[in-house]
Amino acid sequence: MLIETGHFALVLALALSFFQAIMPLAGALRNDERVMATAAPTALSVFALIALSFGVLASAYYQSDFSVVNVFENSHSQQPALYRITGTWGNHEGSMLLWVAILALFTALVAAFGRSLPLRLKTLVLAVQGWISSAFLLFILLTSNPFARLSPAPMEGRDLNPILQDIGLAIHPPLLYLGYVGFSVAFSFAIAALIDGRMEAAWARWVRPWTLLAWTFLTAGIAMGSYWAYYELGWGGWWFWDPVENASFMPWLSGTALLHSAIVMEKRDALKIWTLLLAIITFSLSLLGTFLVRSGILTSVHSFASDPTRGLFILAILVFFIGGALLLFALRATSLKTGGLFAPISREGALVLNNLFLASATATVLVGTLYPLVVEAIGGQKISVGAPFFNLTFGPLMIPLLVAVPFGPLLAWKRGDWSAVAMRLVWAFGFSILAVAVSLILVDPTAVFAALGIGLAAWLVAGALTDLATKSGVGRVALPVAARRLVGLPRSMFGTALGHSGLGLTVLGIVAVSAFADERIVTMKPGDSLDIAGYRVTFDTIIPERGPNFVADRAQFDLATVEGKSLGNISSAKRIYTARQMPTTEAGIRTFAFSQVYLSLGDLSEGGGAVVRVWHKPLVTLIWLGALVMMIGGFVSLSDRRLRVGAPQAPKSRLRRPATEAVG
Amino acid sequence: MTRKQKRLGLIGGAAIFLGLALTLVLTALNQQIVFFVDPSAIAAEPLEPGQKVRLGGLVVDGSVERGESEVVRFAVTDGAASVPVRYQGILPDLFREGQGVVAEGEMASDGVFVASTVLAKHDEQYMPREVADSLKEKGMWQEGGQDGGAYRTPAKNTAADEPTASAPLTQ
Repeated sequence: MLIETGHFALVLALALSFFQAIMPLAGALRNDERVMATAAPTALSVFALIALSFGVLASAYYQSDFSVVNVFENSHSQQPALYRITGTWGNHEGSMLLWVAILALFTALVAAFGRSLPLRLKTLVLAVQGWISSAFLLFILLTSNPFARLSPAPMEGRDLNPILQDIGLAIHPPLLYLGYVGFSVAFSFAIAALIDGRMEAAWARWVRPWTLLAWTFLTAGIAMGSYWAYYELGWGGWWFWDPVENASFMPWLSGTALLHSAIVMEKRDALKIWTLLLAIITFSLSLLGTFLVRSGILTSVHSFASDPTRGLFILAILVFFIGGALLLFALRATSLKTGGLFAPISREGALVLNNLFLASATATVLVGTLYPLVVEAIGGQKISVGAPFFNLTFGPLMIPLLVAVPFGPLLAWKRGDWSAVAMRLVWAFGFSILAVAVSLILVDPTAVFAALGIGLAAWLVAGALTDLATKSGVGRVALPVAARRLVGLPRSMFGTALGHSGLGLTVLGIVAVSAFADERIVTMKPGDSLDIAGYRVTFDTIIPERGPNFVADRAQFDLATVEGKSLGNISSAKRIYTARQMPTTEAGIRTFAFSQVYLSLGDLSEGGGAVVRVWHKPLVTLIWLGALVMMIGGFVSLSDRRLRVGAPQAPKSRLRRPATEAVG
Repeated sequence: MTRKQKRLGLIGGAAIFLGLALTLVLTALNQQIVFFVDPSAIAAEPLEPGQKVRLGGLVVDGSVERGESEVVRFAVTDGAASVPVRYQGILPDLFREGQGVVAEGEMASDGVFVASTVLAKHDEQYMPREVADSLKEKGMWQEGGQDGGAYRTPAKNTAADEPTASAPLTQ
């Protein structure tokens, strides 16, 4: 009965979504306030219904109700409780339900907290969100119903894919979807502005925090996914330029561009049309990502079983929303007033440069991802575009952008002084030269490019700190005064500095691990040892293990320095999940400062030996810690009162101050 | 600067960037794409030395041979032809005889395909799409399995053919 309630709630949510898509729009076009007022309560009801539906599916998973096909195929009663819950979205149907649940959540947030928005704008936004949720609810109910029943109910389920039985599944998809789907709000605001034919001040004030929120979650989601793949797959790789990864990376790139152009629009009333286009593109790329992942049309190292016929449905949704939005853009964008002149050397100019680079980078990733599809469609030849392509195209585009990053926040609005900013960055430049020298002298004199990369990372971090120091007047006023000023700086400036220095840390991790990682593949027997990057790994023994739903052979290794100082154990296991008879490898990872020793067990041979693959990955954790710092920057920025959603506007003087402060 | 000049400057700047990006992309595409081939294609037209390709097919039953060190040898077939492969490293967990595999690498002078990467799958039901298409062409594929098709394999039952797979489904 409960299952049918969940199913019924989903159908009802679809009916209400249709209402939400059509009625408020009609009300807005006729200027009927009573009709427009129905939008918010409808949006809240849709959210309540979808949440109920999701809750029902989750409880079916938790209770191992195998009369539901979806639960039977993706769960097992012996799974630990956590995986019995997270299994809800560890499959196609459930993950699409999570997708619409998060969409409905964002819509409900706009409905609940949008009281200060002009009614017309709010109504139109909710209507567009209604269109999106109608399309995806229809998709779920017609092609991917998670509530389909099975009779008679089997005694036991087929188990969740063992690779997904990990804490990563609990964190990664929800974060990623909060990011992906969060961009729908910016999209809906863009469409609403186009329908309305005007972009008021409220537009940018609203779009920026929503974009920032979505971007922050997407940053976290991608980083979490990367770390998960790194430790779970046992290949020691953290990024494969794989279609599924690119699918999440493209909205991140264009979302980063949107984040920056929205600042220009909010502060200077310029770049309106471009910002609007970026908002459309960013969510379109999220939809494209959903399509690529869910249709299985591209071969990916992350691919799971997928059904191509469903792809057509999502493709239709994709064409409808992207085509419709771009058509509306082409027809209406010119009617929007532009404003805000600026010189090329100015904060605006720097942000435009940022946008040009990020947009080009997004385009290259898009081409590389879709090229195999195009070639196959035209000539029937099957090709793949791998990491070398992306390194060759994406890399050269990123380097000048990263070099330019520290200049941006230091330049004044409207007209900046390039040489004055360069003077302020002298210390940062010196620090980065020092980093290059340290790398060349202490680490590896032949690795010139790696040294330059490390210098670039240092430049980013030092540049971000210089920005804060300059704005609080370090060096020009007494230190206590500067400290007081620093504390008084708007939070969004700390957000910027954290975001940019987080980027620097990530770059440092990437460069270090790409240039200086060590790898050994050796067949070992108990008692054998191998040396890698100053560590000595000695094969101790293999012990059999039993888990709740798997059996395992755990290989224990002693870890020590080459000088003989013991550092404890490191172990890697071969698991066999009993329900599917599917083997997995649990890598052994030990972290020392920011570096890791990573050990992965290969095939066990008859005589008790095993193939062992060991890596030393210097500074690898910085890749994800940098993303964490970026994420913290996003939240710090969101807590800035100027961005607080729906907050009554602060007095004008407070609002203006930070914008002009950069000059002083 | 007038509005018009500013806009022209912006458009010019954007055009230069796009041009730069496009040049990079086209150069890289020329050099870096990797073709997918099946064993029959290699039999019909041998690969040029040094040409990187993705070789896809089924691992021939009984062909997996683990050598003295970490080198593994196996053969990949599409039913019509087969190619010997050599790989140094750790094979993916789901690498099995009789199952789909994609090996990326190049042909060595001794006629053995040297793989730098071997991809199997993450999922019992998953088959790399290129491999599935290639097998369909060669008639090695059986339609009609509930998971969208299964391939005919000479191997004895593997985990993909669990008894539960035939459980009656009602909606």
